[in-house]
Amino acid sequence: MNEILDPLVLARWQFGLTTLYHFIFVPLTIGLSLLVAILQTVWVRTGKVKYLKLTKLFGKIFLINFAMGIVTGIVQEFQFGMNWSNYSRFVGDIFGAPLAMEGLIAFFFEATFIGLWIFGWDKLPKRLHLMTIWFTWIGTTVSAYFILAANAFMQNPQGFEINAEKGRAELLDIGAVLTNPIALSQFPHTIFAAIMFGGTVMVAVAAWHLKRNQYVDEMRTALRFGAWTNIVAFLGVGLTGHTLGMTMTQAQPMKMAAAEALYNNASGADASFSLFSLGTPDGAHEIFSVRIPYLLSFLSNGTFDGSVEGIRNLQSDYTAMYCSGPDTLLTCPSDGQFAPVIWITYWTFRWMIGLGALATLVSAVGLWITRKNKELPNWVWKVAIWTAPIPMLASLVGWTFTEMGRQPWIVFGVMTTEQGVSPGVPGWAVLTSLIVFTLVYGGLAVVEFKLIFKAAKAGLPEIEHLPGEGGDGTGEPDPQKLATVY
Amino acid sequence: MDLTTVWFLIVGVLLIGYFVLDGFDFGVGISLPFLGKDDTDRRVLINTIGPVWDLNETWLIVAGASLFAAFPEWYATMFSGFYLALLLILVALIFRGVSFEYRHQNKGQKWTRWFDQFIFWGSVLPPVLWGVAFANLVQGVPIRPMDGGGWIYEGTLLTLLNPYGLLGGICMLLLVFNHGLVFVSLKTIGDIRDRAQALAKKVGIATIVVGAAFLVWTIIMRLESESLLLIVICAAVAAVALIGAWIANAVRREGWAFAGNAVAIAFALLAIFMALFPNLMHSSLDPAYSMSIEGAASSQKTLELMTWVAVFTLPLVLAYQAWTYWIFRKRLSREMIPAAAH
Repeated sequence: MNEILDPLVLARWQFGLTTLYHFIFVPLTIGLSLLVAILQTVWVRTGKVKYLKLTKLFGKIFLINFAMGIVTGIVQEFQFGMNWSNYSRFVGDIFGAPLAMEGLIAFFFEATFIGLWIFGWDKLPKRLHLMTIWFTWIGTTVSAYFILAANAFMQNPQGFEINAEKGRAELLDIGAVLTNPIALSQFPHTIFAAIMFGGTVMVAVAAWHLKRNQYVDEMRTALRFGAWTNIVAFLGVGLTGHTLGMTMTQAQPMKMAAAEALYNNASGADASFSLFSLGTPDGAHEIFSVRIPYLLSFLSNGTFDGSVEGIRNLQSDYTAMYCSGPDTLLTCPSDGQFAPVIWITYWTFRWMIGLGALATLVSAVGLWITRKNKELPNWVWKVAIWTAPIPMLASLVGWTFTEMGRQPWIVFGVMTTEQGVSPGVPGWAVLTSLIVFTLVYGGLAVVEFKLIFKAAKAGLPEIEHLPGEGGDGTGEPDPQKLATVY
Repeated sequence: MDLTTVWFLIVGVLLIGYFVLDGFDFGVGISLPFLGKDDTDRRVLINTIGPVWDLNETWLIVAGASLFAAFPEWYATMFSGFYLALLLILVALIFRGVSFEYRHQNKGQKWTRWFDQFIFWGSVLPPVLWGVAFANLVQGVPIRPMDGGGWIYEGTLLTLLNPYGLLGGICMLLLVFNHGLVFVSLKTIGDIRDRAQALAKKVGIATIVVGAAFLVWTIIMRLESESLLLIVICAAVAAVALIGAWIANAVRREGWAFAGNAVAIAFALLAIFMALFPNLMHSSLDPAYSMSIEGAASSQKTLELMTWVAVFTLPLVLAYQAWTYWIFRKRLSREMIPAAAH
């Protein structure tokens, strides 16, 4: 029973659940808002109604999703205080700053301009209205930067010092916090991945209609636009992913060792990357694997003859470094183990890369076979539809890898996760919130997906009058018309 | 004035922004079953806050994050201490938020009724619980310092449900309900405007009575406080503004009534902050255990940085949010709800 009601275990599950769930919606918000902004720009510049219709359709899907991003974000913010109060008081001085900056600089901005975009269709001049969706996208993106900078502090703490008297970490250099190398490579990596997700959703919606021969002209445009987006974004994901991998190896060598389940130091050809591997349940002994020599060295160092540290070597280094001395209480895990759960890091790392590549491959093939306007077999469209969630899954396993790979620390080398949990919050309270959030999130997921399917299947809207030009032919916006009715 | 006091005030401003702005859209949500006779009425009501509820709620998120950055001890102790109350607030806000977006996405009575319920309860619960929480901060909660630094809350959810705390909850609920009703009469034309105004007259009386009781109780509780004079002044301004707002509503000067309610909420909260000062949480175990502003604050460096950020961004935020309110300033009526929406 004590096992079940351990606040630490429950708080970790709750954090994982609520964060991953939040991360289903946020990437779609970031990705789709950019694509919608581009579509609307094309409409404003060319005046072709086709682009306005596409803007409205994908704008609607974007909005259904946006609501979920917001409400699940509120939970993210407050659960640090609820479940991780020791962590919050220990690092609030540094971790709180980017969060507050996110709110003051980005989130206010985003929330204001999204309202203007939704309701301003007939109240704002065309170009000003176009600006509101671009501002929304800028707001979401800047917001993502600050959040990733906060997360990067947990992966690779910088710009701080420990105040022993107050028993906490204090800010030394906000510049170092905001230009953390992990943040600098994680940010474009995450944004490109989000754009890919937007792209595959667009491809899927278009494919669903093309399969039924509906809105053929418009949907072909959407399909090819989405597919090109994926290919460009994947190049971005790959390049930034490589930079991130090298930065990560520098900052958290154990994470890279765990990603490869590499137990002993290796270099050159031995530093190989396994595409697939079977081993004993603890992962310490390999039974069978398919390996590419030199590749792990390249992923970690950018050269083919570099060396990569192994789990066993790091374990003894870390024990010496973190389990003796005055700060041991915060930095030495109670079981003395410094490796994360290897099978999780190993497989999430592979699935992240594999799924991202798969989605791009589908897009590339799709672009090739749709380059001419000819009849295509049904399965082509089916594949395109089923590709929609692949970048999302890649992002989710990617985050699982990043966060699980950080364990056993909540802030790498500074505080262990077990030290960060709230004292005085009973296990049953955390269990209650875990159950409540699981049920609420589960229910809302069903509703959200149904609504998105419905909006996607409904297809393109009829345009009765052009927005920003009124219905009376005077060219003046009509302030009496409601653009959206709840 | 030192930076910790500055940040006490900035967090105060953000929380006041939250309760004044989100306050009226909570009030509109609460008014749904009272003013919304049919679906068209309810659509008019919800559309009065449609473009702005989201940015109003943002004030909570920013206030929360600023609390985290400026007073991490407060953030950590309060939210882990008031765990279940906060959980309820979060769930209420989740349901309310998605309801605005999802209510109109599907046709069918049952679907819409469900989301009306979510909007109503999602608008009732947060103000009540925030009211209970703030009243308890003033009254004192069982907190004590821990050995390794920081404070710990030793009560439960039931500890918070005492007479003064509950009065604070009811007071906050009535304040925002009243605020929302006046907002509806300011933002609509026709029958619904008249009904909102008539209901605001009744609810206004109740708000004045409960509000007065709460403020007097607060003053009596803090007779020893150094800032007693400030508490009394703030409470008096709140009371005068609330009564002024009631009169303005009675003579149908809706803009003045709305401004009066906003001032009343702002000064009632100021009275509460003054009653807290120089602490953030009073300890009911021993006054020496109370969490002082100084003790809960971030380092000087963080506070300096955050001050610069706030100084540059807050005026800008106020400007573009005011612009939004200006764009959507037109009154709404039943006629504007297109037939296609039914």
